[in-house]
Amino acid sequence: MAEPLLQTRGITKSFGALKASDAISLDLHPGEIHALIGPNGAGKSTLIKQIAGNMTPDSGTVHFLGQDVTALDTVARARLGLGRTFQISALAMDFTVLQNAVLGALGARGGVMRFFLPVMKDRALLARAHEALERVGLQDHAATRTAELSHGQRRQLEVAVALTLKPKAFLMDEPMAGLGAGGSKRLTGFLDGLRAEAPILLVEHDMDAVFALADRISVLVYGQVIATGTADEIRANPDVRRAYLGEEDAP
Amino acid sequence: MTRETYINAALSLLLVLVPFWAWSTGQAYILTLCTKVAILALAGVGLNIALGLGGLVSFGHAAFFGIGGYAMGILASHAQTFDPIMDWPILIEGTKSMPMIWLVAMLASALAALLIGALSLRTSGVYFIMITLAFAQMLYYFTIGWPAYGGEDGLSIYVRNSFPGLNTLVPVQFLILSYVILGLALLFSARLARAPFGLALSAARQNADRVETVGIAPYRLRLVAFVISGAITGLAGALFADLNRFISPTMFSWHTSGEIMIFVILGGVGRLYGPVAGAALFILLEHLLGGVSDYWKIFLGALLLAVVLFARGGLIGTLAGREVAHG
Repeated sequence: MAEPLLQTRGITKSFGALKASDAISLDLHPGEIHALIGPNGAGKSTLIKQIAGNMTPDSGTVHFLGQDVTALDTVARARLGLGRTFQISALAMDFTVLQNAVLGALGARGGVMRFFLPVMKDRALLARAHEALERVGLQDHAATRTAELSHGQRRQLEVAVALTLKPKAFLMDEPMAGLGAGGSKRLTGFLDGLRAEAPILLVEHDMDAVFALADRISVLVYGQVIATGTADEIRANPDVRRAYLGEEDAP
Repeated sequence: MTRETYINAALSLLLVLVPFWAWSTGQAYILTLCTKVAILALAGVGLNIALGLGGLVSFGHAAFFGIGGYAMGILASHAQTFDPIMDWPILIEGTKSMPMIWLVAMLASALAALLIGALSLRTSGVYFIMITLAFAQMLYYFTIGWPAYGGEDGLSIYVRNSFPGLNTLVPVQFLILSYVILGLALLFSARLARAPFGLALSAARQNADRVETVGIAPYRLRLVAFVISGAITGLAGALFADLNRFISPTMFSWHTSGEIMIFVILGGVGRLYGPVAGAALFILLEHLLGGVSDYWKIFLGALLLAVVLFARGGLIGTLAGREVAHG
């Protein structure tokens, strides 16, 4: 198998007596969707924060593109090509949809310290922003104020901003959260195609989406990865059934 | 053209017509008031870059206003006594040239903003407000105890500093000079808001996570904004000192920080012409109500309360409605 793009080795993080991450080792290979599932309080958000750079692990390392990024902050990891989407949309709400996308394109291109030329007339940035909006189906809402978008459209915009970065790997924290069945299905189809561009580490509660998409699934319970495998392996794993899926109503 | 553009144009016209009327009827006092509006508005334009665009509630912009003022006072006082500021290792003499004074005022305030910003931008919210206030108060007490430049009593400069080709002691000439500088600052501020830097800074105000995630460090944006903001307010301080031909520690006091903030809030936080409208309204009220009662600031307080409670966009926001996106 190819060299993993993103890997964590023995990540441990404690809050007092609580071990939110207990020696977690995960990897993300080119071309795959690796889903991370687990019940509430399993430590998924803590793990995501350590991978994205908001939080430093007590021990263990994060490697991205073969480089140890454990000591780098969010900004540096984003620059290396880690495209993140948030569980709760983190967008500039007073901006238009297009401005949010242009911000992403600007971050990717660099040259923020320019003080005179209007950014919204920069053809290269606009082209990149429009392309990303079109891919997620928001092209008709480019001039809409972000605060006026529906919840689902904000999720789409999150993904669009990540796309403008042309990242090497995606880190998506519950992109389906709050989407209706239709929206969820559409996004599932989109992510399915996206993995060829860059692999996705996907934290998701929507089990239909996870089992439809994931090449591999890791199950996190009480800060530990209790199993990693294909959808079928996870479905068949007795530990997983006991700890998470529930004996009676396994999918 | 948006409604805000028309309101800004109307305000500009008014600010030109009033002094024109005062000049043609020979009312020098009104000209001085208009000059004061322009200079105080300039200080507000500076603060508005940090406060409006960057969301940085600085309660210490008097520091930069005062540094600008003292840059003028120190340079001009040495020039009027022909006593060099230092003669070893290199000779530095005072100057009465406005462009030179402005340059020094802006550089000194920018440097101060860099130092103050580098420390205080590591905090946010109430702590940021208190730390910026503390820095300004430190300078306030320092100048009180600095006898070389008048200490508590302040320092008079007898002749207004000079600008090539102008007689700055003629009120209308100094007024035009102040207006031009305010105009340039507004132009710069408008361009800044629409530039890549402005987009990123505004995004950092709205959601810092978003900016980090696209690979831009909010701290750097804010520090640069704070430095630009401080330099503009410093320039206003130098002009204000020249308007009064007097500097005193009051320029550093928290009242001054508060007043600059009031201009921005009255006029409209983050609105291009907000500080202009705010400073004009402030001076108008001071002039009209100050004649009625010594306690005119009670009315100002009530007005400020009304703006904060009912008209969050200030004067410009109330007239123009919600801000439309740039571009």
